[in-house]
Amino acid sequence: MYFCAMFPEYDVIVVGAGHAGCEAAVAAANMGSKVMLATMNMNTIAQMSCNPAMGGVAKGQIVREIDALGGYSGIVTDHTMIQFRMLNKSKGPAMWSPRAQSDRMMFAEKWRLMLEANQNIDFWQEMIVGLVVKDGRAVGVKTGIGLEIPAKSVVLTNGTFLNGLIHIGDKNFGGGRAGERAATGITAQLEELGFESGRMKTGTPPRVDGRSLNWDAMEVQPGDEDPGKFSYTDTPTLTKQRPCHITYTNSKVHDILKTGFDRSPLFNGTIRGTGPRYCPSIEDKIDRFAERDRHQLFVEPEGWKTVEIYVNGFSSSLPEEVQYKAMRLIPGFENAKMFRPGYAIEYDYFPPTQLKANLETRLIKNLFFAGQINGTTGYEEAGSQGLMAGLNAHLAVQEEEPFILKRSDAYIGVLIDDLINKGTTEPYRMFTSRAEFRILLRQDNADIRLTPIATRLGMQHMEDRMMRVNEKAGAAAAIQKYFEEASVTPEALNALLEENGTTPLKQKVKLKSVLSRPQINLDDLRLKVDHLDHFLKSFDAESINLAEINLKYEGYLVKEQEMADKMNRLEEVKLGEHIEYDGLQSLSAEAREKLNKLKPMTIGQASRISGVSPSDISVLLVHMGR
Amino acid sequence: MTNSFSPDTIVALSTPPGQGAIGVIRVSGPRAIEIVDYFFKGRNLEKVEGNTVHYGKVEDESGRVIDECVATVFKAPKSYTREDVVELSCHGSPYILEQVIQLCLRGGCRLADRGEFTLRAFLNGQMDLSQAEAVADLIASESEASHELAIKQMRGGFSQEIQELRQELIDFAALIELELDFGEEDVEFADRGKLEALVEKIKSVIKRLLDSFHLGNVLKNGVATVIAGRPNAGKSTLLNALLNEERAIVSEIAGTTRDTVEESLNINGIHFRLIDTAGIRKAQDEIERIGVERTIAKIAQSTLVIYLFDVTETKPEDLWSDVERFLEGSKVLTAKSKQIYVANKMDLNPYIKPEEYYKEGLISSENLITASAKNKMNIEYLKEKLHQLVVDDPSLMDQTIVTNSRHFEALNNAYEALDRVLNGLQSGMTGDFIAMDIRQALHHLGLITGEIHTDDLLDSIFTRFCIGK
Repeated sequence: MYFCAMFPEYDVIVVGAGHAGCEAAVAAANMGSKVMLATMNMNTIAQMSCNPAMGGVAKGQIVREIDALGGYSGIVTDHTMIQFRMLNKSKGPAMWSPRAQSDRMMFAEKWRLMLEANQNIDFWQEMIVGLVVKDGRAVGVKTGIGLEIPAKSVVLTNGTFLNGLIHIGDKNFGGGRAGERAATGITAQLEELGFESGRMKTGTPPRVDGRSLNWDAMEVQPGDEDPGKFSYTDTPTLTKQRPCHITYTNSKVHDILKTGFDRSPLFNGTIRGTGPRYCPSIEDKIDRFAERDRHQLFVEPEGWKTVEIYVNGFSSSLPEEVQYKAMRLIPGFENAKMFRPGYAIEYDYFPPTQLKANLETRLIKNLFFAGQINGTTGYEEAGSQGLMAGLNAHLAVQEEEPFILKRSDAYIGVLIDDLINKGTTEPYRMFTSRAEFRILLRQDNADIRLTPIATRLGMQHMEDRMMRVNEKAGAAAAIQKYFEEASVTPEALNALLEENGTTPLKQKVKLKSVLSRPQINLDDLRLKVDHLDHFLKSFDAESINLAEINLKYEGYLVKEQEMADKMNRLEEVKLGEHIEYDGLQSLSAEAREKLNKLKPMTIGQASRISGVSPSDISVLLVHMGR
Repeated sequence: MTNSFSPDTIVALSTPPGQGAIGVIRVSGPRAIEIVDYFFKGRNLEKVEGNTVHYGKVEDESGRVIDECVATVFKAPKSYTREDVVELSCHGSPYILEQVIQLCLRGGCRLADRGEFTLRAFLNGQMDLSQAEAVADLIASESEASHELAIKQMRGGFSQEIQELRQELIDFAALIELELDFGEEDVEFADRGKLEALVEKIKSVIKRLLDSFHLGNVLKNGVATVIAGRPNAGKSTLLNALLNEERAIVSEIAGTTRDTVEESLNINGIHFRLIDTAGIRKAQDEIERIGVERTIAKIAQSTLVIYLFDVTETKPEDLWSDVERFLEGSKVLTAKSKQIYVANKMDLNPYIKPEEYYKEGLISSENLITASAKNKMNIEYLKEKLHQLVVDDPSLMDQTIVTNSRHFEALNNAYEALDRVLNGLQSGMTGDFIAMDIRQALHHLGLITGEIHTDDLLDSIFTRFCIGK
C-alpha cells in the first residue's frame, strides 16, 4: 500500500465538511485526536444548503445538547444569528424550542474560523473517491488525484453528495448542491464491501431578490422581544434583529403550478428516492391536500446585509418557468426576481441499521457514518451525529469504551437509537413525539444532563462549562429549598388566586404548594410575595426557571424518571456481538433474523427492534447465562 | 416492555386454568405477603415464619367471603423465585380464582407475564442453565399458541371494536402531538372542548368493555353450545363426560326454563356455555310439544349444536329427518350456528360404519364424531373439535374477549390513564404533560392490540394535516 509522504497518519479523517463533518472534526480534535478534515471545496465549509435557520421544535433541543457536549453549532449560531424566537412558549417547558434565523455567509465563515483555530485539525481540499481498507478496518482514504491519506479511523459525512442528482422539471444533472459537483466512487466501493445502499430525495425552494419584493403586502414576523440563545457559554445575545415575513399562496398560484405537473420529476416517476412527508414540495402539498386553497410561506432573509431571500414553504422541482410564473401571483411577489429556482436532489444513503450504537459500521472497523448518509435530514440531526461519530472515532482509536447516549439522556440518544434499530424509509427528522421521556429532555437542562458526561469523557475546554453547571444546579436547589420552607399568607395571595380562577387559601401554606397549581406561575408569586422577590434577586433567570420547572412539575418528572429507570435496567444487560441467535430455537423466526442482522448491544436495544416480542426478550434473558 | 427486573409484585394462576379441583394462585415480590394478608382472614401472614401453611378465608373489600383457602408463605430467599412468595390454594372454580386474582391486582400486584416467575427464579440465580433453557422453550411455545389465538380473536367482530378504539386513541394522541410538534404550522388545532368530548367518548367505550368482564357476563357470554338429541341418546352422560374430564364447572345455573340446564366449560381458554335440552322427538302431548319447541328455540339461539344420536337405535334416515326438522325449525332465527354430530354408544356396536350416516351438505367426516360418552371414548377429540371450530371462526366468540384478566387489567389501566388525561385537560395542563398520560393509555391498550409506535401517531398526523414548509 502506498501512502503519500505529504501526510502523517491521522487519528481521524472526516470526509465532508457540512454540519456533521464539522462537528465530527471538532469533537475528535477536542478529545485530543489528530484530525484531517477533507472537503471538495473549502469555501463551502458548513454551508446551510437549505434554509438559513437553526433549531425549531425538537431540533432546537438538539442544538442545545450539541452545545452541552462541547460541540460548536450553538456557538456558531449565536454569533451569526439575525433573529431568535423561542417556539412553543405557550406550552409546557419541555416544548420550548429555540430557533434562529442565521446569516448564511457569516455562519459558514464563523465555522471555518473556529475550525482553523483548532491546532488538531488539518484540511485537505479534494474529492475523496474511496476508502483504504485493510483487514476489515478503515486505514485511510483515496483522493481524486490518486493520493492516499493514512488514518486510524474514518468518518464519512457525505451529505447529499454521493451520486447526487439534481432535478428541475424535466432537466436533471449530477451535483451535490446547487453549483457543486456530486461525489462518486464511495458508494460503489461500499457496496462492493457488502454495504446495502438506498436512494433518498430532498428539495429546496427558490431564492429570490429581496429588492424585488413588496414587503407591505406581507405580514411581519418579528423575533422575540427578549431574545435567547443556544450556547450555555458566554456568547452574545442579539440587540437588533431582522424580521421574517409571512405570505400565502392562492388558488391562482396552484393553478399555474398544476400546469407543470406533467413535467414534475416527482409525479412522472423520474425521482425514485423517498422524500420526507413533513417537508413536502409545494406541488406535493397541492396534490395531497387539494381542498386547501392556500399554503403559508415564510419569507426569510439570508443574512444581515444580503438581499437574498429564502422562500420557506415553496420547495419545488417543477420547471423553473412554472415556479417563476406561479410565484409572481403570490402577494408581495408580483415583481419577484429569482436568483435560482428550487430543485429536488436525489442521493445515496446507507440504511443505518448497518451501524452500531457508536455509529461505527458493523462491516468495517473504525469506519463511522454521520448525517444524511444515514438517511436523516436537518443540520441539527447531522451535527449531533457528527459529534457522536467524531467522539467515538477518537475512542475507538484509543481503544476505549464507546460513548452511547441513552434515550433518556438526550434527543441525540433517541435519534441514534431509532436509526440503528428501526432504520428509516424517509429522511428522518426529529420530533419531540419520538422521545418517550421528553419531559426530562428539555432545552433548559441539556447542560445539566450532558456537560458532566462530556467532561468525564475527557472533552477539552469544559472547565468553564462545568463551573456554570454546578452554579446553576446549586442555585436551583437553593431556590427549591426556599419554596419548600418559606410560607405565604392568604392575605398576600388570595386576590391573585381568585383572579386566576383557583381556590383561595384558608391558612398559611408553603410556597411550593401554591406553585404546583397549574394556574399560578413563579412570576405571579414573585409580584405578590415580597420576601420571595427579595430572595430571588441574587439568582439568575436560568436557575430560577430550572427551579420553577422542578417544583411545578415534580410529579410528572418523578414519574417519567421512574419509567426511564425501569427501561434503563434493560440497557445494563449487555448482549455482546457474538451471540449465535440461530442456535436459540426458542426465539421466533423473525426475532432470530432481526437479532442476527442488527446484533443489539443490550437487552434494552433488542427490545426496541420491531419483530422482537416481549417473550423473545424473556428467552434472551434466560439464555444470558451463556 | 414489562419484562424487567423491576421489584414489583406479580400474581398469576400457577395451576393450568380449569384443570383441577384446586387452583393455586402464586404471588411473588416484595409486597407479596402484605398484599395477601390484606384480604386473607386467618393468621396475620406478616408475622408468620417462612415455609409455613395457614388456613383462612378470603374476603373482598365489602367483607363477603369468596373462598376458604390455604396460604403457604415462603420468605426470600427461600422460595422458588427467591423473593417473598405466597401461594394460595383455593377451590378450582375459575370464578373464585378470578376473584382472588382481582383482589391481588387491586392490592397492587401486576399480572405476571408468561414465564415471569421462572424468569425471576433464573435471574435471581435459582436455576441452572439447562432448566432455564427448558423454560425458554416453554415461554416460546406458550406465547406462540396464545399469539395465534389472539390474532384469530382479533379478526372477530368484537375485536373490531378494540381496533376502532385503538385508532380513535391514536387519532386523539395525534391531535395533541400535532399541537406540540407542529405548533408553528398553518393547521387548525382542536380546541379543548372537542378534545374532552373525544376522551369522554373513548372512555365510555372502554367502560362498556370493562363492564362486560363481570363473571356473570362471562357465563352468559360463553359460546352457547346446545346439546340436542332424542331422549335416550345419552346427552346427560355426554355433558358429564365433558365436564368431568375437565372439572371446569364454574357453577351450575338452573336454566331459565325448567327443561334446560346450563353448565360452563373452559377448553383451552375459551368459555363454552353448555345447554342441555329436553329430547327432541315427535310430540305426544301438549306439554311435550312445548318442550320440543323450546329446544328448537334454544338451538336457534345457540352458536354451536352438538347433536347426539344412539348408534344402536338410529337408522341413517331417522337421523337425517330429525336433523332436518330441527334445522328447519330454527332456520328462521339463526344463520351461523354450526353443528357437530356425535355417534354415541359406539361401545355397544363397534361395527357400525360412520360413513353410513354421511349426507352431502349435512354430515361428513368433518363434523361427525364417533364416541362413547359412558366410557369417555373420544371425548378429548370432541373438545378439540369444539375448540377448533371457535378458533377457526372467531366470530362465534364475539363476546368472549374480555374474559381474560390480562385484557381486563390493560383496559382498566388505559381507562385510568384517560381519566388523568381528562383531568389534565380540565385543569388547563399543557399538551406535553397530557401527552404523557395518553402514552400510558396507548401503552396499555397496546398490550391487547399490539404495540403503538410513534410512527403510528406521525402517520395519523401526516395523512390528516398538511405539514411542512
